[in-house]
Amino acid sequence: MAPIDAAMIHDITGPLAIRTFRDMGGERVHDPARVVMLFDHQVPADSIAAAENQAFMRGFAREQGIRNYDLREGVCHQVVLEKGHAAPGEIVIGSDSHTCMYGAVGAFATGVGSTDMGFALRFGALYFRVPETIRATVRGAFQERVGPKDLILSIVGDIGADGATYRAVEFGGEAVSGMEMPGRMTLCNMAIEMGAKVGIVPPDERTWAYLAPRRPGIAPFELASDPGAAFAETRTYDASALEPQVAVPHNVDHVVPVSKVAGTHVDQVFIGSCTNGRFEDLAEAAEVLGGRSFSTDVRVIVIPASREEYLKALRAGLIERFVEAGALVEAPCCGPCMGGAFGLIGPGEVSLSTSNRNFRGRQGSAEGEVYLSSAATAAASAITGVITDPREVQ
Amino acid sequence: MRIWKFGNDIDTDAIIPGRFLVINDPAELASHAFEGTRDEFAREVRPGDVVVGGRNFGMGSSREHAPLALKGAGVRYVVAESFARIFYRNAVNVGLLPLATRSTAGFADGAEVSVDLAANTITAGGETHSLDPVPAFLQRIADAGGLVEYAKTLEEVELCSTASQ
Repeated sequence: MAPIDAAMIHDITGPLAIRTFRDMGGERVHDPARVVMLFDHQVPADSIAAAENQAFMRGFAREQGIRNYDLREGVCHQVVLEKGHAAPGEIVIGSDSHTCMYGAVGAFATGVGSTDMGFALRFGALYFRVPETIRATVRGAFQERVGPKDLILSIVGDIGADGATYRAVEFGGEAVSGMEMPGRMTLCNMAIEMGAKVGIVPPDERTWAYLAPRRPGIAPFELASDPGAAFAETRTYDASALEPQVAVPHNVDHVVPVSKVAGTHVDQVFIGSCTNGRFEDLAEAAEVLGGRSFSTDVRVIVIPASREEYLKALRAGLIERFVEAGALVEAPCCGPCMGGAFGLIGPGEVSLSTSNRNFRGRQGSAEGEVYLSSAATAAASAITGVITDPREVQ
Repeated sequence: MRIWKFGNDIDTDAIIPGRFLVINDPAELASHAFEGTRDEFAREVRPGDVVVGGRNFGMGSSREHAPLALKGAGVRYVVAESFARIFYRNAVNVGLLPLATRSTAGFADGAEVSVDLAANTITAGGETHSLDPVPAFLQRIADAGGLVEYAKTLEEVELCSTASQ
């Protein structure tokens, strides 16, 4: 059993976690200061059942003195990082599989189910198997309009949907050390798509600079794999050889260069999610868009990942540009990513999404299709109405 | 016991789609299990049936609604060549025993199956395979009937020392 530094619960998996906490005889949460609650999957509530679940959680937060960001701040993983709830060397769990994203700041962070979360609420600890590590070294510099999402799609395609099961994936090399924090978040976010327990980037000066205003008083320290550490596997990638990548239906590890699927008709484009809903993603989408309009044959949905990211985009004029171009801009939330709230696709429809999963039925009908790409590729495709290499619309 | 056979990489979105996650009751979740990908499952599954997959069963979302939906449907065991990590823990935690065996290729949909936990074997279609050992700690949780029951036996937990600062 290991002590938990922080635990995150949201509107989908939280109600069950609270129920199991009670079923275990829990009365008071072990350490309410280490628990973070928020609602992002179905906000504002899209059904009476969702409203009831959220009301139940609000009541629990009040009773236990837990910090509840409610529906104000945005997508859970973005909010946990920007509010400083994860830091190097800490053990963080969330009842959501993409919790592995907090490895971007050097935390050991992993997704758990609701009963595991109930146990952690009750005891402040959880059982773990210590994972072996796959080291992914990325050399070279990205070409224009190619970036972290293309890289992680290509790595998932290479390692496979279960190639990292029960393992940690440590990202390094000059393409990663030169990468800004949002890109590292994109990489670590999708570690689960190869089965990994966590994706992790060793903390460096960028990490500490990111954390400084979010965790006042935090002092930098060295945290890295031991020199000569034994890795379960070592893989090397070349960022400079990479084209824009697309995951094709219905598995995240079915990854091809954009040229292989260029021309595929799309009905809906979603730019957002914990994977690619940050300011940098929206800025790149707006750059590709330029002064153009989106195709009137495409429903374009843009959702900033958090209130902080939304405000940055708003102040930079990006939101105005997207609305002018014909997009729907929604308040920070998970949106169409998990097909639970709004923006669902119907039978025979095709979605191109900057999110993290393209499983059959993930965004609505099981007879629909979901492709995954970067924000640049998504924006280019939203302009033309077909999957398009973003380098071709410059 | 009858086999419901599935392939590799069965994801938890297929087991229970996102739009049903507002539901917390296992029986109600069961009525939507595999909806859209195998609609007859929820209608025809019988208590004691066994779900059999290939590699990486339960990949994707951490939604515990997935093993709960199967449990609510009366599924006795989930058998696969390998499991995704979170689904595996969740299944043990909710008291739905996940059983791993080297190959499920010979296990046909609809075939009768028997599991002998004492002998650690599974038999179907005339083939008997050994089951992979379950880690001792997880076996204790499974023996208790799940993590909730196991937790009721604890006052406090014993912590490992960690490198956490």
